[in-house]
Amino acid sequence: MRYITPRKAAQGMGSARAGTAHHWNITMSSYALIVLTPLFLIAVGGAIGLPQDQVVAHFGRPFPGIITALFIVVGMIHFIKGSQGGAIADYVHGTAQQLTMVAIAIFGWGVIAAAIFALAKMAFTLPAI
Amino acid sequence: MADVNRGNRPLSPHLQVYRLPIPAVTSILTRITGHAMSAGILLLVWWLVAAVSSPEAFATADWVLRSWLGFLIMVGSTWALWFHALSGVRHLFYDNGMGLEIEDAKRGSWAIIIGSVALTVLSLIIFFIG
Repeated sequence: MRYITPRKAAQGMGSARAGTAHHWNITMSSYALIVLTPLFLIAVGGAIGLPQDQVVAHFGRPFPGIITALFIVVGMIHFIKGSQGGAIADYVHGTAQQLTMVAIAIFGWGVIAAAIFALAKMAFTLPAI
Repeated sequence: MADVNRGNRPLSPHLQVYRLPIPAVTSILTRITGHAMSAGILLLVWWLVAAVSSPEAFATADWVLRSWLGFLIMVGSTWALWFHALSGVRHLFYDNGMGLEIEDAKRGSWAIIIGSVALTVLSLIIFFIG
């Protein structure tokens, strides 16, 4: 049993550490995502159902390619920060928390890398004319 | 000795018999939708990578994406995206001290629930017509 009052245990652990920067990060990326969300749905919606060569050609064009890349990069960073600083920080603790945060980062950056690789390959694919 | 009896006190109201107020439902749904979209983005990025890999890889990914399960994941993710977006917009109002009164919070909750369903239906209509 620790002979320490709850106040003493909580002192110095307030919101004014990395919390302000975290809140600012999430807020700024959310503004970007409000604009990107409808554009992303249009860019992706226009490609689902197309044959492979037309999917490659679709995302090889500037608007669908750039919007999709932007949405996935900004969206996944928003997800990594939001998940680590929100749900994971609140519900998972100790070693499990650290491992979950590593897993979230690997997943998020993995999705970004895979998406950029695919979109770049599409952008550099010359149309078969 | 502030720790005396901690953890041995009656819990009231108990979680299992406590009906969540609607702002609490939309609050937890914001976190759930934020994480659930992982399924949609994973499927989409798999499909994108498959498209630059091989015809066989694309055929598999495209079959899954256009199966009933893929359709469910895509429609679900679209709703999750709209819900999370609208809830995020509401948080921007919250940050400026707006919409925090209980009645406003309830109205706002219903607005983002109904709004997210409406925007999902609109997205589907545009997808199938356009």
